[in-house]
Amino acid sequence: MITKQLLQIISHVQIAEDTFEVVLQSSLAKELKPGQFVHIALKNHMLRRPVSVAGIDKENNNFTIIFKIFGEGTRELSQFRAGDALDVILPCGSYYPLDDLQLDHALIVGGGIGVPPLYYLAKTLKEKGVKVTSVLGFQNKDQVFYEEKFQLLGDTHIATNDGSYGSQGFVTDIISGLPDAFDYYFSCGPTPMLKAVTNQLEAHNGYISLEERMGCGVGTCYACVVPSKTDPTKSKKICKDGPVFAANEVLLT
Amino acid sequence: MSLSTKMPGLTLKNPVMPASGCFGFGKEYSQFFDLNELGAIIVKAATREARYGNPTPRVAETASGMLNAIGLQNPGVEKIIDEELPFLRQFDTPVIANVAGSTVEEYEHVTKALNRSEDVSALELNISCPNVKEGGVQFGTDPELAKEVTYAVKQASNYPVYVKLSPNVANIIGMAKAVADGGADGISMINTLTGMQINLKQRKPIIANKTGGLSGPAVKPIAIRMIYEVRQALDLPIIGIGGIVTAEDVVEYLLAGANAVAVGTANFQNPLACPEIIQALPDVLNKYGFESVEDAIGKGHEA
Repeated sequence: MITKQLLQIISHVQIAEDTFEVVLQSSLAKELKPGQFVHIALKNHMLRRPVSVAGIDKENNNFTIIFKIFGEGTRELSQFRAGDALDVILPCGSYYPLDDLQLDHALIVGGGIGVPPLYYLAKTLKEKGVKVTSVLGFQNKDQVFYEEKFQLLGDTHIATNDGSYGSQGFVTDIISGLPDAFDYYFSCGPTPMLKAVTNQLEAHNGYISLEERMGCGVGTCYACVVPSKTDPTKSKKICKDGPVFAANEVLLT
Repeated sequence: MSLSTKMPGLTLKNPVMPASGCFGFGKEYSQFFDLNELGAIIVKAATREARYGNPTPRVAETASGMLNAIGLQNPGVEKIIDEELPFLRQFDTPVIANVAGSTVEEYEHVTKALNRSEDVSALELNISCPNVKEGGVQFGTDPELAKEVTYAVKQASNYPVYVKLSPNVANIIGMAKAVADGGADGISMINTLTGMQINLKQRKPIIANKTGGLSGPAVKPIAIRMIYEVRQALDLPIIGIGGIVTAEDVVEYLLAGANAVAVGTANFQNPLACPEIIQALPDVLNKYGFESVEDAIGKGHEA
């Protein structure tokens, strides 16, 4: 059941350039599934900000979000501190349908601020006994985060656009050199990256998660739509039908 | 403290309703609160055929507001009648259907289709959407066309007709008189103001449609001024819309001459905006010396 809660910030730390990890206390933490997001109100802004869930701690009723400063809203969010409270709607959106998938080996492909929801996914997969291979792309060395955490879950490859860390290039360059032995891929990141990844892995089953400017975040305003791949005259709402879609379900433009 | 207010076809337990396009068809927000609390519900616009709407991005945030160019996306009037409106039957809350179109014939078609629905109490005629290429705003900015489409819909409808006026005109009183001449039972005002926002890094408008409709607290003073002017000029019930966030805002609209109000953008910021405003309204009315909602209507004109 989706609801609005005032949540206390347990910790608020910078983990990379312009990138922050925030842990929030909530009675609903255990309801949050990999792929879902929360919608955060900011005092000085009319519209809430969607932020994906990077992990949960069931025992202690808290969950982690990671965001990057892109504009004034995320800048305001970066200025909160532990002990402050945030007005949050949760849980929002769809999640990876892990219970329905026959999985032995998963390929995780993340780009930039698309990486956080994939960490929660990868951790959940590992707990289910699934082998995880991760390919993560960042703009440069200063923006890399969670590499060590991913390494604890399986083989992890890092690419940076400028070559300042890991391999120079894009996630697709790394994928080209990897064996094809995975059952599903899961990808989240900027739309151009998702287009390149879904094209490259067309022969495979996969899931992607999308981002778009949102109005309501709950499915009423039709601001954040994406065309359906099977019928481009119809659309899916990213906030409610997504953000997670089967790779062949939506048309990336 | 009585919050009830009466308008043609509508007996409202309180004057607060969500605005068209900002509440879908009610299902999503029914997860947050009991829709019985609302005065009425104005549902998303219906057109004859399903509409996909405009390319994304469709929204942008502005100072004290937002721009949108959704483009009247909806599943078409038949699906709305069969699949969306019946959900609202379970609530003791009147439903106002929003009618949109590109031609007078399309407006008539949608209106006649809604006659067969048992779930509607009134129509809101959308002649003011700034975000569609054809229809919409041209009917809302040309008094002759506004009168013509109002007359056609009024003739076709079994329900009272409220015409939603565009603020994108020089003479709002002329538009209000035109739709009154066309037989409107009431008016709702205002729709969004055409605006634009440009991304500095990309050097291009943020909204793919380039222009969008500005809503939120930024537009409230314009709406208040227009309602005040229209209330002085003619005696039609008015649903006031534009940037309402608090119960104080509602009272300001009542003083300007609105009989009821619709809350739009605030629902996005706070899904509980409408019930919180309704809950706060009696104390705010009392604080400013009013005995009921009806007592406050038009009182801003007496000084």
